Amino acid sequence: MYNDKNKQKIVDIIKNAARKHSLWVLAYGTGCGAIEVPATMTSRYDAERLGVRGAATPRQADVLLITGYLTVKTLKRVIRVYEQMQDPKYVIGFGSCTINGGMYFDSYNTINQLDLYLPVDVYISGCMPRPEAVLEGFGKLQELIGKGIANGAQQYKENLDFYRENQKKVIKNWDFQDYNW
Amino acid sequence: MESLLMNILGAVTTFLLAFAVGMTYGGLRRKIVARVQNRYGPPFYQNFIDAFKLYSKSTAIHHGAMHFLGPAFIMVSSVVSLMFIPVLTNNQWFPNLNFQGDLIFLIYIMVFGPLGMALGAGQTGNPNSAIGVTRGLSQMVGFEIPWVMALIALMVQYKTTSITGLLDIQVQSGHWFMFENPFAFSAAILASLGMFRYSPFDIVGAPTELASGPMSENGGKFLFVMMSSGSVFAFVKLTLIVDLFMGGASNLIILVIKTFLLYMIPVTYGIVSPRYRTEQSITYFWGWPLFFGLIAIIYAVFF
Repeated sequence: MYNDKNKQKIVDIIKNAARKHSLWVLAYGTGCGAIEVPATMTSRYDAERLGVRGAATPRQADVLLITGYLTVKTLKRVIRVYEQMQDPKYVIGFGSCTINGGMYFDSYNTINQLDLYLPVDVYISGCMPRPEAVLEGFGKLQELIGKGIANGAQQYKENLDFYRENQKKVIKNWDFQDYNW
Repeated sequence: MESLLMNILGAVTTFLLAFAVGMTYGGLRRKIVARVQNRYGPPFYQNFIDAFKLYSKSTAIHHGAMHFLGPAFIMVSSVVSLMFIPVLTNNQWFPNLNFQGDLIFLIYIMVFGPLGMALGAGQTGNPNSAIGVTRGLSQMVGFEIPWVMALIALMVQYKTTSITGLLDIQVQSGHWFMFENPFAFSAAILASLGMFRYSPFDIVGAPTELASGPMSENGGKFLFVMMSSGSVFAFVKLTLIVDLFMGGASNLIILVIKTFLLYMIPVTYGIVSPRYRTEQSITYFWGWPLFFGLIAIIYAVFF
């Protein structure tokens, strides 16, 4: 059963409405960005009023928030964490470092562009982004989920070879098992 | 045949009522905690949104059969104990199974859920789950003793082991057991602080310390089952204390008022208290609650 407006199934509209108002965030605190997350969650900016709250483990989380630069060593753990999460799942790249490397653009052991390794739904630019910007980013993600176009996880599954190739290019000691979803 | 259908319909209605009330109370608690912390807080229906979202998530985890059965065990425990609680005093819509001795059966079945959960959490192999289960069982040793003592005091004092029997005595005499045996009431309330597992007794699922403990490997639909059975179980505990100590409720409005006032005790105690350590939690329950339990039994036997 489809409605004419934007070709979403009606059951998906209801599900997406629930999903966008209940985002459980796994804040993967790499680099300096982790310090902005407590400010976003606590009394001054209070992300919980938008339904955004912290999740304890990858199994329970919906959003993977990558706050800052990723070394090659950390990237391996991030990929592992991302693949443990349950569908539907979203990734937010947080800060300049995830977009183009930021101030670590010529470092020998950080990656410059997160999009090559994980499907990022929303980027929040800034070094560091203030809590207002973080809330703006969550608002953007909610908008995308509401429209049903925040399908990074789907892209990851479809283009798994592309992502695996890029991941294996930087991670030398690759010892992952082959998952099947 | 018609009465059978009516009973099944009544049981489903009871479950839905318990689910709705428990979820709403949980949402109100989040709102109250937020207001105390000078935040705006989520809307009171946030728990319903979370539950629906968790239900709509996919599940691609497999840790073995017990991992699937663990959440089912807690759900069974919650629903079975709900079926033994008289929701209202003049029970026409809410059927309940009652027999002589159902209070003793209830003491048993209320422990059954956490034990099943412990089995399920054990199979996930996550070290956080194992620590959480150990802590949970240790804490249960703490609060079950004053809780059982409070109930035994009532059974000894009024010579009946039936919940409906105890409820009828209060309705006919007009005296609440809260005032007839205040020591048993104190012990039961203090033990219920531990049963709700809000801070300071949230040592089992401490999110920042144990990564939510026994449920750390459970996402999506598992978490939905745990969340809804926790809501039903909260309703069961509150209604049981209302039935045993506060004279039951003749209609739903009185039930909601009484249970909400009772629910505010663990909530307000939790907001202002930081988390205990495991041994502090156990020694807490073996202090004043145990003392009140002993006094309650002595009071019941000799007065």
